[in-house]
Amino acid sequence: MLEIRDLYASIDSTPILRGLSLKVNPGEVHAIMGPNGSGKSTLAQVLAGHPAYEVTGGQVLYQGRDLLELEPEERAREGIFLAFQYPVEIPGVNTAYFLRSGLNEVRKHRGLEEVDAIDFLALIREKMNLVEMDENFLKRAVNEGFSGGEKKRHEILQLAVLEPRLAILDETDSGLDIDALRVVANGVNKLRSPERSAIVVTHYQRLLEYIVPDFVHVLARGRIVRSGGKELALELEAKGYDWIKEEATASA
Amino acid sequence: MTSTRDSATDQYLSRFRAFEQTLNGQASTPLHPLRRQAIAQFAAQGFPTSRDEEWRYTNLAPLLQQPFAPAPKGATLSTEALAPLLFAGPQSPRLVFLDGHYAPALSAAGSLPQGVVLLNLEAGLRQHADLVLSCLNHQIQGERHALAALNTAFLQDGAFLHLPAGTEVAHPIHLLFLSTAPAAPSFSSPRLLVVAGARSKAMLVETCAGPDGRPYLSNALAEVVVGEEAHFDYCKIQQEGDAALHLDHTLVREGRGSRFTAHSLSLGARLSRNQLDTMLDGEGIESTLNGLYLANGEQHLDHHTLVEHAKAHCASHELYKGILGGRSTGVFRGRIHVWPQAQKTDAYQANRNLLLSPEAEIDTKPQLEIYADDVKCSHGATVGRLDEEALYYLRARGLDLGQARGVLTRAFADQLLDRLGDDALRAHLEGRVAAKLTALNGGRP
Repeated sequence: MLEIRDLYASIDSTPILRGLSLKVNPGEVHAIMGPNGSGKSTLAQVLAGHPAYEVTGGQVLYQGRDLLELEPEERAREGIFLAFQYPVEIPGVNTAYFLRSGLNEVRKHRGLEEVDAIDFLALIREKMNLVEMDENFLKRAVNEGFSGGEKKRHEILQLAVLEPRLAILDETDSGLDIDALRVVANGVNKLRSPERSAIVVTHYQRLLEYIVPDFVHVLARGRIVRSGGKELALELEAKGYDWIKEEATASA
Repeated sequence: MTSTRDSATDQYLSRFRAFEQTLNGQASTPLHPLRRQAIAQFAAQGFPTSRDEEWRYTNLAPLLQQPFAPAPKGATLSTEALAPLLFAGPQSPRLVFLDGHYAPALSAAGSLPQGVVLLNLEAGLRQHADLVLSCLNHQIQGERHALAALNTAFLQDGAFLHLPAGTEVAHPIHLLFLSTAPAAPSFSSPRLLVVAGARSKAMLVETCAGPDGRPYLSNALAEVVVGEEAHFDYCKIQQEGDAALHLDHTLVREGRGSRFTAHSLSLGARLSRNQLDTMLDGEGIESTLNGLYLANGEQHLDHHTLVEHAKAHCASHELYKGILGGRSTGVFRGRIHVWPQAQKTDAYQANRNLLLSPEAEIDTKPQLEIYADDVKCSHGATVGRLDEEALYYLRARGLDLGQARGVLTRAFADQLLDRLGDDALRAHLEGRVAAKLTALNGGRP
């Protein structure tokens, strides 16, 4: 599905990722954990194609293709989905229109018919149920005036609508109460299948009680310093990140 | 420069003498003294220059360097060519003017309530001389506005609407001032007079259009009297050809308790100057000015507004938005003048601009002059670019860059389109705006 080889990336000439490698097979859920500033969000944004990040070395293969060659919209159409840590407010753009436009672009790319407004309404109602969002959101401007929790649910709603092959969740759990966390996790778990994969970026172990990962990786100073099973998350929760930081500094 | 300006002024003076010769019998009508007075006012001022504070950012060189002659009568236009400019149903009355001359064959009577008068100005002068002459040229100060004086000097025809007290027109009235741009560069002087009686209600839509690629000048002047408690909506669609010069001055006088709403949509012309002056001359008036301008290429679009709060307890709401791409330039100058006796005035003005290219430019200047002490006045002007994060967010959901820009610019414009009261008109203008935004965003659908 995804293979990252020795990836280097920087923003505003400041190196953030320094030789990161990771392999994600179909059906696997990988958790990326690490202290603030370790490069977790940078990894998520580089995979989605944020234009502000510059890849200075390494390679990313997605389904055998060079991912870094693709524009952000091409990645989205090819099945990569990033749930944003800070979803963007778009005044004046109606949420229903936003969701349907994205869905139709992805469908066109997959050779499927575009969905008209009526069929879309039926589809979106079902998905909104899943993330426990009120239909009134469809009439509102994208993320404008949404609470933090509503924005995160909206990200998961988009995930449910677009049905990506590779979902990347960038700190989707931050700032969520336990109910919202359950809703978000439920949305992600519904999509788990032998063909779909996910990368769950998180600072805390809490989310991983609901989205149980197959692998946990610890990121520090722009590279993966430790990998293990789900029990590694518990170890981090107990010991904190300081020992990781010290190890990373010592080895750098 | 001065010599170009002087010789251009002289040229229009000699054009006036030639024009007078062609008037024959018309020179003895009550209109002619107005023309003569106006040409004298124009001669005394000449064309405005950039030293004139009101014209600092709009250079009239394209007008001065090119000789324009009064457009002759007799142009024709096919109904097929007219069709794309129309939006309203058969009940809407319509007056069409070609190069400033009334075109009855293209016009339509529609359905108007008893007593409402919609005529070309020439017929209006014959049938309702007292009313027309009691209002025509009464609001404009020709001695201070050379271009408005030039309109009056060459005034031949125009539109006249009279709504007697208490009358309501259910369907929009459509006026079309169309230029055919004959071989020699020509100018027309469209004119509008509206007298909306007390408690009357109507919506007037004006379209100014012409062919691309050929220079012509349209120098329009409109005077609107909104009676006590009347509701009047005036929508102006400027979609002139891409080589056209469009000058336009609208004056509105509002009576006690009236509601006036202006919608200005500027899409076309090489150079356009749109001046809208409203005089809130009674208590309890609510006045709304909406404006949207979209420019690309080398276009220059200038909007000046003046809101005169002359009486107490009035509200004015003003929102002008602009999207500029290419090497286009825009000007917005909004003046609000609150007179000493206009206590409890509530005035709001906003000008929001979106620049889509590094070469596009906007000069925006709010100007509040407040001489009353118990008022609520505020203004805001912004100039920005498309939000990069919003573009990326849309792309991350599968929209390409062109589509993402289209979505964001459309959302910016929609705020004003949503304010149009008439569904058919809104649908018509949405199509116009969408086409213009496609051009602005680099030709991508």
